[in-house]
Amino acid sequence: MNPEASLVDNIIDTTSAVFMVVGALMSLAAAVGLLRFPDLLSRMHAATKPQVLGLFLLLASIGLQMRTWWVWPVLLVAWIFQLLTVPVSAHMVGRAGYRTKHLHRELLSSDELEAVVQKAAQSARDEGADAGRPD
Amino acid sequence: MMQTVMAVTAVILSLAAAGAIIRIARGPSLLDRVLASDVLLAILGAALCIDMAVNRHLNNLMLLVALSIVGFIGSATVARFVAGRREQPHES
Amino acid sequence: MSRRRISLRQELPLLVWLVLVWGALWQDFSPGNLLFGALLAVLVARMFYLPPVELSGRFNVLHAVPFALQFLAKVVAASIDVMYLAAVRGPKVISAVVAVKLRSHQDLMVTATGHVISLIPGSLVVEVDRSTSTLYLHALNINTPDEVEKLRQEVRAIEAGLIRIMGTPEELETIRQEAAA
Repeated sequence: MNPEASLVDNIIDTTSAVFMVVGALMSLAAAVGLLRFPDLLSRMHAATKPQVLGLFLLLASIGLQMRTWWVWPVLLVAWIFQLLTVPVSAHMVGRAGYRTKHLHRELLSSDELEAVVQKAAQSARDEGADAGRPD
Repeated sequence: MMQTVMAVTAVILSLAAAGAIIRIARGPSLLDRVLASDVLLAILGAALCIDMAVNRHLNNLMLLVALSIVGFIGSATVARFVAGRREQPHES
Repeated sequence: MSRRRISLRQELPLLVWLVLVWGALWQDFSPGNLLFGALLAVLVARMFYLPPVELSGRFNVLHAVPFALQFLAKVVAASIDVMYLAAVRGPKVISAVVAVKLRSHQDLMVTATGHVISLIPGSLVVEVDRSTSTLYLHALNINTPDEVEKLRQEVRAIEAGLIRIMGTPEELETIRQEAAA
C-alpha cells in the first residue's frame, strides 16, 4: 500500500461520512418541520426535503463507498424515480389539503387561488340552478 | 470512523422517526397522518442507504426503489380518496 | 392503431430511458444485456401505447448541465432555508398562494416546470389551470407583495431555463425577445 492511495481513501471516506450525517440531518429537519409548522401545506414543504436532498446525499455516499463505476447509473435511476414521484404525490396531497380547507387563512399573506375557486364554484352553482329550473 | 458515523446517524434517524410518529399519532387530519407516514418511509429509506454505504453492499437498492413507489402510490391514493369524499356533499 | 405513429426520433428518449432502467435493475451494463433490454424496450413501446409526449425534438446539453447544477444549488440553499425556518420561526411562519402565468402552453413544459418548482423545498404546486397554463403555488415564508413578485420572477426564470433546454423554436424566440427588451 502506497501512502498516496490511502490518503485518497481517507478523503473519500471523510466526504461520504459528512454526506451521511448531513443526509440524516435532513430527515431530522423534516421531522422538526412536521412537528413545528402550523398547517398541512407548510408541513408539506418540510416533508419533501429528505426525499430529495437527503436521498441524493445518501446515494452519493453509497457511490463513493462502493468505488466501482457501474453503481452510479443504478443510483441515478433510483434518484430519478424519486424525483419523478415526489412532486406528483406532494401535489395530490396539497391539492386535497387546499380543497378540504386544511390551511389557516390568517397565516397566508396573499391567496390568489381563492377568488378563482370561488368563481368556479359560483358558475357551477349557476349552471346547476339553470339545469334545475323548469322551462 | 464508519462505526462512529453509524452511531451518530442512528441517533439522528431515531429522533426523526420519533418526531414523525408523534405527528402520526397527533395529526389533526388524515392528510397530516399520510404526510407523516410518508416522511417515516423516507427515514426508513435513509436507514437502508446508510446500511448500504457503511457495509458496502447494494442488496437494499431495489428495496429502496420499491419503497419509494409504495409511498407514492399510497399517498396519491389517499389524497384522491379524501378529495373525492369531501367534494360530494358540496355538489348535492 | 388509430393514433398517428410517432417517429423514432421522438421516441428515442423514452427508449434510452427504458434501456437505462433495464440495465440498472439488473445491475449489469454488459453489451448483451443492454441489447436484450433495447429489444424489450422497443417491444414495450410498441405494444403498450401511451399518449405520445410531444417533444420538440431538440435537446440542448450545453444548457442542460448548468441548469442541473443550478437546480442542485437551489435545492441545497432552499433545504437549509426551510430547516432554519422550521427550527426558528416554527408555528409563526407566514406563507402565500401565488398564481404564476407561464409562457408555454405545452403540457410537457408546464409539467416540467411544476416538477422543478415542487422539488425545490419551500414551494409547492397546489393547482394547475391547463387552459391558461397558470400554476398556483403555495410558498413558505412570503410576507410582502415584493416577495410574491420575486417568487414569480424566479418561477419564470426556471421556465426560461427549461425552454432553453428543450422548448420549441417559437418559445425560444419569445425568450430571446424578452431578453433583448
